[in-house]
Amino acid sequence: MLLLMSPWLVGFSVFFGYPLVMSAYLSLHHYDLLSPPRWVGLANYRYLFFTDPQVGAAVKNTLWMIAVLVPLQVLFALGVALMLARARRGIGLFRTIFYLPALTPPVAATLGFVYILNPVTGPVNNILKRIGIDGPLWFQDPSWAKPSLVILGLWGVGNTMVIFLAAVLDVPQHLYESAELDGANWLQRLRWVTLPTISPVILFAVILGVIQGLQYFTQAYVAGNIASGQASQAADVTSVGLGYPEDSTLFYPVLLYQHGFSDFQMGYASAMAMLLLAVSFAVTLVIVLNSRRWVHHAAGALK
Amino acid sequence: MKRVALFAALVAVVVGAAAAVAGGARQASPTKLTVWVGWSAGHELTVFKQVAAEYDKAHPDITLSIVGGITDTKIVAAIRSGQAPDVVSSFNSYNVGIYCGTGAWRDLAPFMAKSHIKASMFPAATLYYTQYEGKRCALPLLADTYGLYYNKTLFKKAGITQPPKTMSELAADAKKLTQKNKDGSFKVVGLDPMIGFYENVPERWVAAFGGKWTDAKGNSTLATSPGWAKWLTWHKSLLDWYGYKNLVKFQAGLGDEFSSSMAFEIGKLAMVMDGEWRVAFIQNEHPELNYGTAPLPVDDAHPELYGSGYINGTIIGLPKNGGHVDQAWDLVKYLTTNTHALAVLSNGLRNVPSTSASTHSKELTPDSHFAPFLKIFAHPKSGTSPITASGQSYINLVQQFVIKYQAGKVKDLAAGLRDTDKQLDAQVKQAKGGGGVP
Repeated sequence: MLLLMSPWLVGFSVFFGYPLVMSAYLSLHHYDLLSPPRWVGLANYRYLFFTDPQVGAAVKNTLWMIAVLVPLQVLFALGVALMLARARRGIGLFRTIFYLPALTPPVAATLGFVYILNPVTGPVNNILKRIGIDGPLWFQDPSWAKPSLVILGLWGVGNTMVIFLAAVLDVPQHLYESAELDGANWLQRLRWVTLPTISPVILFAVILGVIQGLQYFTQAYVAGNIASGQASQAADVTSVGLGYPEDSTLFYPVLLYQHGFSDFQMGYASAMAMLLLAVSFAVTLVIVLNSRRWVHHAAGALK
Repeated sequence: MKRVALFAALVAVVVGAAAAVAGGARQASPTKLTVWVGWSAGHELTVFKQVAAEYDKAHPDITLSIVGGITDTKIVAAIRSGQAPDVVSSFNSYNVGIYCGTGAWRDLAPFMAKSHIKASMFPAATLYYTQYEGKRCALPLLADTYGLYYNKTLFKKAGITQPPKTMSELAADAKKLTQKNKDGSFKVVGLDPMIGFYENVPERWVAAFGGKWTDAKGNSTLATSPGWAKWLTWHKSLLDWYGYKNLVKFQAGLGDEFSSSMAFEIGKLAMVMDGEWRVAFIQNEHPELNYGTAPLPVDDAHPELYGSGYINGTIIGLPKNGGHVDQAWDLVKYLTTNTHALAVLSNGLRNVPSTSASTHSKELTPDSHFAPFLKIFAHPKSGTSPITASGQSYINLVQQFVIKYQAGKVKDLAAGLRDTDKQLDAQVKQAKGGGGVP
């Protein structure tokens, strides 16, 4: 039995257990990556909660992203899945088209969006200009930078969409038939048949979305660096690009990265990671507990 | 001539072969030294490799392997992994406090004593940014100074006869030189001082207002040193004249700073605050550009500062777990103190040579565009930014504040500067090992 589990055990302890224990250990130390860790007690946590001038903005941005992106992603993916499920022909083609963006590596996708949405040279604003609209500054404007990232997030929603589509197609036909016999219209069938049946999948998508939102990094990192015009300066370490513009894309993991890897404060970054872990755990727990009220489990499963 | 060259090559081959044979008795092959440098732009890395090749040729027991495009992140990762190069250099000194303080770069004092290298051969500012709390773990390898580049053609069109000397003249000229398109967007911007754009960072601008960073104890003095508020007020009023958003939009459409479509080089900026290396970039990319260089204008109330500027530069040292220490030191010594090597590097990169002797070297190619930067380097009031335990993040924190201020998000400048002072002091304390725990 142990032998059968060994690949998992090794993987778990090497890639999860060890880093976790190490982070907890380092979070109580001063560690600059170059000299041995030195015990500092709770000093890192005190700096995190009471002093670090950037944490407030980073937390706010992260919460904003979760509050906006996760519901939109679920709605958007579900909408596309429902439409595809009703298509009589070409379902395979459309499924592929909607899924394709999800295959783009996040760095490439973000680069593409920053160029397309360039306020002066990008095609979007040029088209808007032609029809008489003065387009926004997108990634260069602190009030548009996060919405731009949301658009990018929705464009790449293919993974969730495919899972929703499978779930929607899996809803037993006889439930629809009986609902139809009772005179239920399209909306009522959706509300009383489709949604309850696929609710476990929605729960899955929400939890995954929230956790990804808490760890939102790559897109923000790339967009900030490119839009600020600092990306080419390979050897110039002024990390003004992180969070550009005006800290509006400074998400918690971006700040964590900055402290850990460009400020050489790994002990402090570990304390930030521990807080992130605690928050992820708490949020997931709340969602799961709360989900008992709205997630429908078929025939006695999980009761 | 050809024959002479042939003969020289033959001699070199014979001598090289002899040396290889002689060396072969002691060692199977020459020692390979790996050298990491930040330069990555085409002409820059080539020039450095040329100088390295000269040294390589003169030292048959050594072969050099040069790696370009190195950043501080890579340096730290290499030292951590235990597979550090033998010689390492960084483009700027911001993290020298971390390198020296942690011992990640070797203390050079014993090497310098053994080789009779006196620190006094380097100008004071470069000496300051290559040590931390008296521990010298680096030496300057060329320096950067910052000044004003101005487009003479655009100056003439606007009827301006000489470069501005004071900040009020600079602002007035910037406005005069700005031109708009029919749709209201900018065609030419006189001077774009926005922090975060091209080379604009607080340390290079505030120097012209005499702003001081810290007091004798190392505490931050942004709120108490009047230069800061004065600079920021000047800065904001010029930005507001353009309109902050208009300028952001203008910048979004500009070419990359290190490409041939850099805005000053193609005449979209009439003036720009930039480093001395731009002279070589213009020479390579737009030799037709009719431009001049001068020291950055200074605060009207401090004319004595005119001619000075901000100094920083490449630092070079020996990582603690790099090998071949003696050979590596010999190379570092050569690169940082040999007048010929520094002059060749300076001619090719158009960086300021970093020993006092080399700034007067006869080998330096005279160039009227470059000359002002040599003067800025030698000016007694020129200075650099503080070396602290928190390294790069110290400067970044100041920059974040200025970015908020220039966007109009800070209502009370004095209070904002006071807060930033507190944050900087707390940050250094945290970087030194956390809130007061010994």
